[in-house]
Amino acid sequence: MLETVKELLILLIGSSLVSNVVLSQFLGLCPFLGVSKKVETAVGMGSAVIFVITLASTVTAAIYQFMLVPLNITYLQTIVFILVIVALVQFVEMFLKKYMQGLYQALGVYLPLITTNCAVLGIALTNVQKEYGILFSMVSGFSTAAGFLVAIVILAGIREKMAYNDIPESFKGMPITLVTAGLMAIAFCGFSGLL
Amino acid sequence: MSEETKMKTSSASADAFVNGLIKENPTFVLMLGMCPTLAVTTSAMNGLGMGLTTTVVLVLSNMLISLLRNIIPAKVRIPAFIVIIATFVTVVELLLQGFMSSLYDSLGIYIPLIVVNCIILGRAEAFASKNPVIPSAFDGLGMGLGFSVALTCIGAVREILGAGELFGIRVMPESYVPISIFVLAPGAFFVLASLTALQNKIKRTLAEKGKKEEADKIQSGCSSDCMNCSDAGCAHRFYDSKAEGTIAEAATKAEQAPKAEAPVQTEQAVEEKKEEN
Repeated sequence: MLETVKELLILLIGSSLVSNVVLSQFLGLCPFLGVSKKVETAVGMGSAVIFVITLASTVTAAIYQFMLVPLNITYLQTIVFILVIVALVQFVEMFLKKYMQGLYQALGVYLPLITTNCAVLGIALTNVQKEYGILFSMVSGFSTAAGFLVAIVILAGIREKMAYNDIPESFKGMPITLVTAGLMAIAFCGFSGLL
Repeated sequence: MSEETKMKTSSASADAFVNGLIKENPTFVLMLGMCPTLAVTTSAMNGLGMGLTTTVVLVLSNMLISLLRNIIPAKVRIPAFIVIIATFVTVVELLLQGFMSSLYDSLGIYIPLIVVNCIILGRAEAFASKNPVIPSAFDGLGMGLGFSVALTCIGAVREILGAGELFGIRVMPESYVPISIFVLAPGAFFVLASLTALQNKIKRTLAEKGKKEEADKIQSGCSSDCMNCSDAGCAHRFYDSKAEGTIAEAATKAEQAPKAEAPVQTEQAVEEKKEEN
């Protein structure tokens, strides 16, 4: 029992900070660079990503374990996972809209954007590759998404400050954001001594 | 097929091909498919491998989608496209695993992730679903090769600076000390930043010289870059078409988020582009 908790903790820190999803695995770059102009929207996007990825990795792990493995069709995982994710996001959106207006107001705009976020599919596939069970998949999904939230909020904070800086003409816009992300990636390399 | 239609088809195909390779290069101009662009370009070989794998999927899915374009109902076309793309990706993945295991190992998880590469779904939606088979195939080929060239370039820069090698052969003098950060994650960001800045610079110089037209050409496509409009970008284009049945909802959303307007413009831009061609 204690062993499991310890492993879960290691997984939590490992996938949120050490091997950060955006800064070291390059998954979910589009929203990372696109929706990071303001801290407020970045927080919204990050929360929506946590919500969807935790749910999606749990569901895909369950489907893998109880459907694909028994039926011996694990080679169909890519097709099954992407369809499950697309359907899931639509379903979650409809559910929130109908029953949880408050949460829908907060996250609704971001939900559809997440469907093509490669992080969702990427994490589902990584979980399978690492042979995580359902519990571990859930924790791995949650912590990876938490890492995304941390990264996108930091980037948004820097970009808000940077708006008043004197940036060379050619570097305005995307290039300077990429440079910032690169510097953040260097900073996050520092976490690699943690575990 | 009469001589004239043949000519028409072949010129349309050639246009589609050149368009993807240069005018609307998916990486440098449209800024699509960023994840694989940054993740697998640690060496020129990996970049080329990823590019060619994507090209194969792109050509095959473009052809099949174009063949089925009159059969697939408009409302479910996006899920249908995704299934077609995912099928080809799985096929290619299994082939790579069977016959090119070293490439398979070095690309790893990014092979199945070709499914969510916006280039493929974007081309399916913007070109293949509206054009005959042969131009679609050439559009896929052009876009795919454009992507491959871009990935190979980025991979080459990173490999030369980070390891002093190109395609595994030493090109820098013995005294050169490799800057290993360029092979690591941060290097990817820096190289892409410099290349994009360079592109901006060229764009500006052209604009100053009064070659407004040329500059506009470079700006074409996903209203210059997918990442800026990726609050919208590919994701939104994908969503918009999916929720066609619920346009009213989308409108409400558009009020909440002004950025939702961007993809509409984008689609118009794509349309106009096509008419030009």
